Amino acid sequence: MLKIINLNKIYSGGVHALKDVTFDVPQGQFLAVIGLSGSGKSTLLRCINRLIEPTSGKIIWHDEDVTDATDENLRRIRRRIGMVFQHFNLVHRSPVLTNILAGRLGYVNPAWSLLNRFPKEDVARAYEQLERVGIADKANHRADELSGGQQQRVGIARAMMQNPEMILADEPVASLDPVLAHSIMQYLEKINKENGVTILCSLHFLDLVHRYADRVVALNEGKLMFDGAPQEIDDAKFKDIYGQEAERVG
Amino acid sequence: MTALIVLVALLIYAYGFQITKVNLEQTKSEHRREQLFRILRALARPDLIEYEQEAVDVSIPFMTPCPESGFTPPPVEELSGPYLVVTPACAEPRSFVTVEGFNFTPRWRGPINFVPYESGVKLPMGSITVDESGYFTVTERLPNRPAEDVHEIVATTRQNVGPPMLTRTAHDTWDKIVETVFLALLATTLGVMLSVPLSFFSARNLMRDVSTTLTSASLAVLLIPVGIYAGARLADWIAAQTQPYQSNMPVVLIGIVVGVILIRFALRWALPTRDEDVPTPQVRLTRLAVLIVAGMLAVGVLYFVAYLGLWFGARLELALNTFSFIGRFIRDLGDILNMLIKVAVALAVAGIFNNIGGKLGVEISRRRGVGLRIIHTVLAVAAGAMLLVLIAAAINWLYQFRDWMTFYTRMGAVGAVLGLLLAIRYKPTESVRTGMVIYYVSRTIFNGLRSIEALVMAIVFVVWVGVGPFAGSLALALHTVAALSKLYSEQVESIMAGPIEAVKATGATRVQTIIYAVVPQIVPPYISFTMYRWDINVRMSTIIGFVGGGGIGFLLQQNINLLNYRAASAQMLAIAIVVATMDYFSSWLRERVI
Repeated sequence: MLKIINLNKIYSGGVHALKDVTFDVPQGQFLAVIGLSGSGKSTLLRCINRLIEPTSGKIIWHDEDVTDATDENLRRIRRRIGMVFQHFNLVHRSPVLTNILAGRLGYVNPAWSLLNRFPKEDVARAYEQLERVGIADKANHRADELSGGQQQRVGIARAMMQNPEMILADEPVASLDPVLAHSIMQYLEKINKENGVTILCSLHFLDLVHRYADRVVALNEGKLMFDGAPQEIDDAKFKDIYGQEAERVG
Repeated sequence: MTALIVLVALLIYAYGFQITKVNLEQTKSEHRREQLFRILRALARPDLIEYEQEAVDVSIPFMTPCPESGFTPPPVEELSGPYLVVTPACAEPRSFVTVEGFNFTPRWRGPINFVPYESGVKLPMGSITVDESGYFTVTERLPNRPAEDVHEIVATTRQNVGPPMLTRTAHDTWDKIVETVFLALLATTLGVMLSVPLSFFSARNLMRDVSTTLTSASLAVLLIPVGIYAGARLADWIAAQTQPYQSNMPVVLIGIVVGVILIRFALRWALPTRDEDVPTPQVRLTRLAVLIVAGMLAVGVLYFVAYLGLWFGARLELALNTFSFIGRFIRDLGDILNMLIKVAVALAVAGIFNNIGGKLGVEISRRRGVGLRIIHTVLAVAAGAMLLVLIAAAINWLYQFRDWMTFYTRMGAVGAVLGLLLAIRYKPTESVRTGMVIYYVSRTIFNGLRSIEALVMAIVFVVWVGVGPFAGSLALALHTVAALSKLYSEQVESIMAGPIEAVKATGATRVQTIIYAVVPQIVPPYISFTMYRWDINVRMSTIIGFVGGGGIGFLLQQNINLLNYRAASAQMLAIAIVVATMDYFSSWLRERVI
């Protein structure tokens, strides 16, 4: 159970990116976060694992206050929250295997991982994850030799290495073509259904939202405009979220 | 408006010409031009190769001026051998004579000299080249040496025999260019070892997010000098414990083996490969204690290794005649280790204390009690006072104040006030961007260090370690640290932020993030900058040589001063070849690594 209570983020330039955002996410839900570019979706996701420090408000995850965690506790929280990014954020020059093993960094002893030594079972797990996303033959390729869709699968495998209870996906399919987008979304759906992993996923396309999400929250200029099932988004709600000039396509 | 700009530009350039003393008359002067051409031609012929030469001297008696009775040279004895004919047979000084040669070896060449009576001096008249039939003729001016004695005109013809040989200059240049390359290599290596870790401290993108509470920062700062002192004492103590076995090799060897095994076990136990659960305070304390003991053991083992190096190197030096330098190298490594252990331990303990202080400070800040405000203020004041007293100590060391006590107290007071102001400015729970403080401090130090010319550093090091390449490499190393730290840190600043964010999100610690997300991205630029710096160091060492820093610069400067441009040219050529070779090598290396 994730609780977000009165979350505010004001950037040092004075931009008010999140305004009193409050909502809960039960364990195992597939939650889509929608809104225009700059509406605060990325900020919201990054505040949850404190990649961005919230200005005020609380984030409670499994009865633990994330916003107040010490460095050590934050490490223990972060390692159970996987993250997938729009631009995949792989280390280009490192092999795919190393990129995936990076998902274990929160679990291994920092002193040993400095020598690039991971426990055998972690390496075995990494191969398992590669198998699962269907690119087992690419383990020793450099990450930048892979295509966009393959890179995002590596990104998902890295998140899955963390054995996560929740995955934050920041526009995971925005840089992919529609076919690849669906295949990536299906991986996330599978992880959600089979492993019971909570998924918070920011999305651009409403058809993807309708197809995959259990529930939608919508942000507009940092304010929570909508919270409910995807089917409840009617034309009036749509205009609330995307502005009066917006038109529905598809 | 345009007219005004043109006018101003005209004024600026006119003044520039005046200041730089542009003198076109000099460029037109015939005399200067001749000198210039002479130098350029000498530079174009580097003094690298010479041949053994065979020479034949043929002479003819000659008088100048003609005596009253006239003069006829004695008849040629051997008409089949080479002989000379001069017309006229005698002449006034400074008049022209024609010298003909017969039966010379075809194609040989050489000078024709005027040798005054019994002087042994050769006055050059001109040069000759023998034609295919063994004949030559030249018309040259006589020198002004009027005398009543019989002089000689000597034609010398020479030819190169045998294979080309390297000149003395070429040998010297080779020796010195090798010295230069290694001098630059040592300087670069030393510089890189220091500037790689330092570059992370001066990279804005890494330091921007480093922040902590004022209490934590103050405590961390306060514990640094304590840590340095404790570390130095600890190293001394361990050194004293190991000293008795310094030359007892069996004990040293057993010590190293047993020590390494014990340390391995200790690390295995105290640093489990996974940290799944939160350890209890007891476990944590025992682990810490075991790690401390292991660390002390490691220091002891290092001392033993140093002793082993010293002993083994000395033996090796005696045993290997030609390769005694290998023995000396091992001995020097032992010595360097011996010297560095104390510094390293002091710094390591300071780092540990600093870390503990920081963590303790964070814990204190989290307590949020009534006493927090007081602790926060007291610590900030104490840290401020201590920092400025340390700075005062450094200043006092340089200037040797007579009234140092007052100076210390005043500086301490200023520091305390600054600390107090910070304590008022920041709330006890507010975070201070300590990373940016470190960033600006390290940047400032590097900028200062970089603006001191390596030449000046070399002079200082020559005073310290004596004339020679060692002084040069230390000076270049220091300059390299400053320059590379800047270049490196700018590379860190330009890497992609995405991977850092992703690795951070997995729960990686700061150091893990650097190793997994930053380092892979900076390897190629670091390699090319390192190679470029090596190249710079080779070229800089020519300047360093001018002040006694060793390397090829010494030779170059000497030859320029002696106007021996052909030798100087050989040295310049050597530098160019080395620089070009390194360029090809580095691009090859980059291709492999990127």
